[in-house]
Amino acid sequence: MGLDFSVVPGYFGVLLQGMAWTVAITLGAGILSFFGGIIFAVAALYAPWFIRLPMRLFAWLFMGTPLLLQLFLIYFGLIQIGIDLPAFVAGIIGLGLHFAVYNSELIQSSILAVDKGQYEGARTLGLSRGQTLRQIIIPQAVHAVIPPMGNNMIALLKDSALVSVIGVMELTLAAQQSISRTYRPFEFYIAAAFCYYIINLALEAGLRRLERRIAASR
Amino acid sequence: MRSSAFVEIKNAAKSFGTLQVLRDINLSVERGQIVAIIGPSGSGKSTLLRAINELDPLTSGEVWLEGVQINRQLPPRQYEKHVNQVRQNIGMVFQHFNLFPHLTVRGNITLAPRMLKGISEADANALAEEQLTKVGLLEKIDEYPSRLSGGQKQRVAIARALAMKPKVMLFDEATSALDPELVEEVNQVMKQLAEEHMTMIIVTHEMDFAASVCDRVIFMDGGVVVEEGPPSVLFKNPQEERTRNFLRKHLARNGD
Ligand SMILES: Nc1ncnc2c1ncn2[C@@H]1O[C@H](COP(=O)(O)OP(=O)(O)OP(=O)(O)O)[C@@H](O)[C@H]1O
Ligand SMILES: [Mg+2]
Repeated sequence: MGLDFSVVPGYFGVLLQGMAWTVAITLGAGILSFFGGIIFAVAALYAPWFIRLPMRLFAWLFMGTPLLLQLFLIYFGLIQIGIDLPAFVAGIIGLGLHFAVYNSELIQSSILAVDKGQYEGARTLGLSRGQTLRQIIIPQAVHAVIPPMGNNMIALLKDSALVSVIGVMELTLAAQQSISRTYRPFEFYIAAAFCYYIINLALEAGLRRLERRIAASR
Repeated sequence: MRSSAFVEIKNAAKSFGTLQVLRDINLSVERGQIVAIIGPSGSGKSTLLRAINELDPLTSGEVWLEGVQINRQLPPRQYEKHVNQVRQNIGMVFQHFNLFPHLTVRGNITLAPRMLKGISEADANALAEEQLTKVGLLEKIDEYPSRLSGGQKQRVAIARALAMKPKVMLFDEATSALDPELVEEVNQVMKQLAEEHMTMIIVTHEMDFAASVCDRVIFMDGGVVVEEGPPSVLFKNPQEERTRNFLRKHLARNGD
């Protein structure tokens, strides 16, 4: 049985829909991981111990266990305590929190690296601690970690394939379904890889634009 | 004990751990007066200046501005509110400018007035333009700090402080991080403020500048005020041996 890519166009619609889900999950989880990362970082540095300690535990859980397990836990596990999330939402929460923990590590060290003079300059004008953090420290800390956070976003895109295991019809699952109808795994996996590549290119282009815009202000 | 002078420091002492940096300092500054603080490195000049706006709170003693005690002992929340309030009256200019690199010149100047005084964007812009005109940098309003020279950065930092309409301005070696050819433009701006009778306390290593703009010079060494007086006396005819030594060494080092 040779290769025959002519079967692929017939499943264009399926693949395109899979791509749309992958993009939606990546964006949703990406946004969650960005803001979650900032919130976790600020809490880890400035919150009182009774918030900080459980958060360390939470961070350890998300960094030290497989993402696959976390997705199962959120989707199948939470049902037992009455939280029945749609697979799509469970996927975004799982991926988003997982990467929020990684982003938080980056942002924490970047917050600590902001020059002390920035804090003093702002406080001297009369800005409160919170205002200084929001207006001066966090924006600079986030600017500084856009490149490594961008790498996390690309990793997030690739890991979004994992949400296929809880039944979200994203790109990988869409390819698998096409394969189960056509018995053409090579062609459809290649087609799916190509689709991931396209999304990746778009993501990288977006990140580069962001970096350039920030670099222009330095 | 209320205070009659505009800025008054009474019996100020400060320690960092076991290191005593300020000992029993008394200093009063009248409205519109310009005071220079000179002294060797490590003598506590910056610490004294930073005690005035509570960046480095005193261990003991009092700081007053226009009849309001700045270093009040308050519960944490009230203290935070209190310092945020009093700092709005005290402009500070740092050796390394401390401009906010992620904001334009306009953003640097308008941030605090917008957040703290609740003024409209239009008024904040007018304020930024007014202050930038004063320091001669209106054309840089939409630049980011990284595109400015050191002298320009420091003039923007001065404009940023002035935009809060402070009652007193503190300068901590405002020109010592600058290339020699950029010092004069910053000095000019400070001279202009002097002509407008801004109350200023200026920590400096530039004796000529201190002599030309200041009403009074304070010589500190080892955390105490060794001698103070008008520049004509302190520079030309210092009474204390330590002052004479310092000035002699300083002149030798600067070769003039
Ligand atoms: N935050 C701090 N913690 C510990 N020690 C400090 C701190 N700030 C200043 N010191 C010490 O206090 C002393 C006085 O420092 P200060 O910066 O006030 O001196 P200065 O007169 O401004 O010197 P310079 O001319 O070098 O700026 C120095 O011995 C310094 O090492
Ligand atoms: Mg100093």
